[in-house]
This record gives sequence, C-alpha cells and structure tokens, in this order.
Amino acid sequence: MSEPLVFKRYYVWQLPVRICHWVNALSILLLSITGFLIGYPVIAGSSPDAYVMGWVRFVHFVAGYALLISVISRLLWSLNDHCFSGWREYFPFLTREGWKNILVMLKFYFFIDRKTPDAVGHNPLAVTAYVGLFLIFFGMFASGFALYAEHAPGGAMHGMLKPVYLLMSTQTMRLYHHLGMWFIICYVINHIYSVWLLDVKEKGGEITSIFSGYKYTTKLHVFSEGKECDENGCFIKTKK
Amino acid sequence: MSEHDVESRCDTVKQNGDVKQNREDTIGEILRQRGVSRRDFLKFCSAMTAAMALPASFAPRVAQALDEVKRPTLVWLEMQSCTGDTEALLRSANPTVAEIVLDILSVDYHETIMAAAGHQAEEALDKTIAAYKGKYICVIEGSIAMKDGGIYGSTGGKSHVDRARQVCGGALATIAVGTCASYGGIAAAVPNPTGAVGVQEAVPGVTVINLPGCPVNADNLTATIVHYLVFGKIPALDSHGRPLFAYGKRIHDNCERRPHFDAGQYVEQWGDEGHRKGFCLYKMGCKGPATFHNCPTQRYNEKTSWPVGAGHPCAGCAEPQFWDAMGPMYKRLPNVPGFGIEHTADKIGLGMAIGVGAAFAAHGVISSLRKDKDPAEKTKED
Ligand code: HEM
Ligand code: HEM
Ligand code: SF4
Repeated sequence: MSEPLVFKRYYVWQLPVRICHWVNALSILLLSITGFLIGYPVIAGSSPDAYVMGWVRFVHFVAGYALLISVISRLLWSLNDHCFSGWREYFPFLTREGWKNILVMLKFYFFIDRKTPDAVGHNPLAVTAYVGLFLIFFGMFASGFALYAEHAPGGAMHGMLKPVYLLMSTQTMRLYHHLGMWFIICYVINHIYSVWLLDVKEKGGEITSIFSGYKYTTKLHVFSEGKECDENGCFIKTKK
Repeated sequence: MSEHDVESRCDTVKQNGDVKQNREDTIGEILRQRGVSRRDFLKFCSAMTAAMALPASFAPRVAQALDEVKRPTLVWLEMQSCTGDTEALLRSANPTVAEIVLDILSVDYHETIMAAAGHQAEEALDKTIAAYKGKYICVIEGSIAMKDGGIYGSTGGKSHVDRARQVCGGALATIAVGTCASYGGIAAAVPNPTGAVGVQEAVPGVTVINLPGCPVNADNLTATIVHYLVFGKIPALDSHGRPLFAYGKRIHDNCERRPHFDAGQYVEQWGDEGHRKGFCLYKMGCKGPATFHNCPTQRYNEKTSWPVGAGHPCAGCAEPQFWDAMGPMYKRLPNVPGFGIEHTADKIGLGMAIGVGAAFAAHGVISSLRKDKDPAEKTKED
C-alpha cells in the first residue's frame, strides 16, 4: 500500500457520442410524453380549432425523425477506430476478455464480489442492454414510420415500408409500438440506476463522463487484440 | 322502402335473366326501352364518376361510353355468407338508380333472387359459363370453407371450393364482394371452424378484385363494373387487391370528425356532451386510423350516412383479418397476445416498469449498505 494511487484521465466519449446521447435522451423523453398523450389524449381542446392533438403528434413526429438521425449517426460513428466508441465495444460476447468482464459484472451485481470489470469505456454488461435498446429503436422506427406513412399510401415511405405492412396488421403495429415505449421506460430506469451505481462505486466520474467526455480510473482497459489505449482513446500497438 | 319496390326490383333481375334478346343491345338502348329518363341516366353517370374518384368533367365521357357499350354477363355466387351484400345492392334507396344498376349488371345467375331453382338453375349457370367463357364477370359473396376438403359449404351438391375454381377459372375477372369473400371475414375469425378463406386465397392465379366492407358499398361495386365498361380494364388495385379509387385513403384522413381529433375533442362516454356535439370517436375505439375505405365520402344508401357519421366508432370491417385484428370493438388497442382479456398494453407495461423500478431500488439500498471497494485495494487475482 505504499505506492501512490494514480487516477489516469481517459477521453472516453468524443463530442459526437455525447451529442447523440443527449439527442437520444431528449427525443425519448419527448416521444414518451407525446406518445402517451396519443394513446391517452387527456388534454382536451376547448374549441375545434385548438389543434392540441395536432401539435402533440407533430412533436412526436419531429422527435421521431431526430431520434432516427441521431441513432444512425451514432452507428456510423462507431465505424471509426476509437477504443471506446468503436463498434467492437458493443459485442463483448465475441471475445474471451469480454465474457470475463461480463461475468465479473454479474458477480458485482449479485453481490458476490465487489470488483468491477477492467473496462475504462463502456460497462461490458451495459453494452448488451444498448444493443437491445438499439434493436427496440429499430422496431419503433419501423412501426412508427409505418403508422405515419399510412396517411399517404402509394408514397415513397409507404413503399419502402412494405415489408412491415406484410408482416402485421396496423393494429398489431400500434400495439407493439405502444408496448415498445414501456420497454424503453424500463431500460431508462435500469440505465440511470446503473450509471449512478458505478459512479458511486468506481469513483471515476461515470455520470460526468457523458457531459465532459472524461473518465478517471486506476484500471487498464484490456483489449483482446493485444492493443492498448492512450489517454485520447486511440489505439497504440503493443508487442505481445 | 315498400315491399312492392323490392319485388319490382327482383322482377327486373328475373327479366334480365329471361330476356336474352336484350344482350345484343347497348346499355343506352336498354335504358331507353325501360323508360329511364336521360336526366336520371346522367345523374347516375355523375354519381359513378364521383365514386370512381374522377373529376366531374369525366361524367360526359362515362355517359357516352355507357350509351355505346354492351352489358357484361355476370354471375353471382353465394358462399358462406349472410347475404348482406345482396341486400345492400337491392335496397339502395333511389329506385331509378337501383334499376339502372341492375340493368347494367345484367345478373344472369343469382341464387337469392333468380326465378329458376334447383337443377334448372344449375343448368343455367353451366350454360352461361360455357357460352361466355373468358368474357363473363363472376361476383362472389361469402367466404369459402376449405377445411376437410371443403365439406362445410356446398351448393347444388358441389363444394364451394370446387364451384369457385370452376366459375372463377373461366371468368374474365372475379369480384369478391364483402369482407368474407375478400379475406374470409367473420367466418374466418378465430377459431375458424370451417377453414374459411377469401376467394383469392381459395383460387390462386385468377384475377380477383376485392371489395371488402360489411356489407360492400353497392356504389363501389357498380363503379367497379362501370370502370370496366368505360375504360375496358379493371381499376388499379392496392396490395390487398382493392380498387384504389375506393380504398386508396384512410377513413381517419377523410373523416368529418377529424377536426375534433386534431383539436383534442373526444367522446368520453356514450351520450355525453361530446357525443351529442359530434366529437371524435377515437377514445371509444374508433378503427378509422387503421382502415382504408371511402365511407366518409361515398357513405351508404345514396350518401345518407355512415357509421362514424351516425355516432358509432369505425369497426374496421374493410380490412384484412377483420374480425380478429380489429378487436376489441370499443378499445383503441388490441389485447396483448398471451395474456388475459383484461390485460391492456398499459397494465402490463406499468407492471413491468414498477417491477424494474422496485428491483433496482432494492439493489440500490443493498448497494449503499455494502462497503465500497477501494480503488487501490488489490483483489486476490491481481
Ligand atoms: C422510440 C421512441 C418512441 C416512443 C416511446 C413512441 C411512443 C408512442 C406511443 C406510446 C404511441 C401511442 C400508441 C397508441 O396507443 O396508439 C405512439 C404513436 C405513434 N408514434 Fe410513436 N413512439 C416512438 C417513436 C416513433 C417514431 C420514430 C415514429 C416515426 C415517425 C413514431 C410515430 C408514431 C405514430 C405515427 C403514432 C400514431 C399516431 C396516431 O395514431 O395518430 N413514433 N408512439
Ligand atoms: C432517455 C434517456 C436515455 C437514453 C435512451 C440513454 C441511452 C444511452 C445509450 C444508448 C448509451 C450508450 C452510449 C453510446 O455508446 O453512444 C448511454 C450511455 C450513457 N448514458 Fe445514457 N441514456 C439516457 C439517459 C441518461 C441520463 C439521464 C444519464 C445521466 C444520469 C445518462 C448517462 C449515461 C452515461 C454515463 C453513459 C455512459 C455509460 C457507459 O459507461 O457505457 N444517460 N446512454
Ligand atoms: S371518428 Fe374515428 S376516423 Fe373520425 S377522426 Fe375520429 S378517430 Fe379518426
């Protein structure tokens, strides 16, 4: 216990990652509020020209487009060769190190061990939830835009979404779209709790990281390729 | 409408079947012989032009074409049905128009209203489809029972499947009237004991025009045939085989209550103030947002009214998989499959969210009571 403890600062979330994150969070918030109001229109217009539902739906559609653009941008960004935001980070189950980290994390969650994984960037268990979330997003896009395009059958969007219409009836689409919201709400509860927990337990500025981009840690991120990461999140080749 | 009107209309049909010399005359001539005034005829042509979603300037062309064209031969078969579509056709409110329709349709065989019966009737059908092979139009009402070799539905000793294959197979085109003939309809609802399907599914490969609706809107049927007579081809169809002129727009997008939807003014309860004022029926389970049909513009019974106009939410009767996909009738969303009837999406969703929230709250409490791992502390493995 004699050597001094060194917290190293890593640049884990680049600006585009943070922007996408907050655009996602904001649009999810708007989509859930307006979506709920579409399902249960509790706010009533007092006169026929009030356009209350009209605006609610308008906000829903604009936020829907914003989320679509943000999610696609994030996916494209994951193609760059960054240690922490690259696409490989999303699939820990493809590598042995990833599996090990998932196990460590599960032990942590089930109070078996107090150790957290040797991961500087994403939490290896959380990324599996992100992958699930992105799949739900695409379900929401498909059903949402398919419901939306029904105002103009024969239009380009309606044509593009033909597989969705062949797959299920409009009412089924509506039901799954509605249920999707509840799955996302469950995800958000889980997500906010987990980042809080890791913030408290790892003491590395987890929550701050999604605002500033930096995390502080004593750990060394282990990559399966035998690569290492510098403080900017760029790969450096090491001999192994 | 009096008893007498219906009888006289049935007579028209019977004459159509009997007076074969008429067949060589054009529709214009027949109508003149019948004493239909030019004025009534032109009114009919304008109505049809509107039904086909064409601009009013087309009306003279429609009139000219109908004047010159010969009547098509048409046979009407009943399958598993309630005869509601026949009723819809015969009971149109305006007598002259109804007679014009029946004159134009020239129904050569129609089990419900024809004079002939038994073997005589079957012979007439055989003759007609042999003599006009490839030229007649076949109208089918009702679903086709496919289960167990089709034994659950038969006419004249022949199963409905076989009849459909035979008659549709030789037809120029088949028009499936009503939701049952189009997609199986009520009879195809779970558990579908007879294996009911629509005509296109029972007889793949033949040209079928679907005119779903419960019942079919007789104007749409007439307009489909007029379209064929005027343009010499069947109208453009959507991916469910329905003519675009009648099924190209969603009810919700043409509904007279739509301003109330956009404003956020909804009927909350039957007979409440909003209901009396004609507010939107969205919260009462209206399926207008999921249904393609021209009800709001074409309406029923000479444009008198339609369900939403009369204060009842749209039941979605013109869509494939009606009845199953459109239930429950007075709820906006279907029930969640695999759960009990009373489990709405929101009850399940809320339950999930509360469960997840409680689980993490408990986890949080335990976590805060546990001693944190010091970042400097080494674990056994290290
Ligand atoms: C991912 C987040 C989203 C959430 C949480 C969400 C939530 C909801 C909810 C709860 C409803 C009400 C469903 C009902 O009860 O009928 C709804 C309706 C709808 N949503 Fe979304 N939605 C999302 C994304 C989208 C997207 C990306 C679009 C695409 C434009 C979209 C388009 C629609 C449409 C068209 C409706 C039906 C509106 C109507 O019937 O007037 N949604 N949404
Ligand atoms: C609707 C709300 C939210 C959604 C849908 C959401 C979604 C996501 C997603 C998809 C990621 C992965 C980021 C990426 O790889 O690009 C992420 C990461 C993160 N989010 Fe959120 N988020 C939400 C709200 C929040 C809030 C309110 C906070 C802060 C308390 C937060 C803090 C974080 C942090 C710290 C990370 C990085 C976690 C890591 O180490 O992997 N998020 N979030
Ligand atoms: S009554 Fe039905 S179809 Fe008409 S606007 Fe309301 S929801 Fe739409």
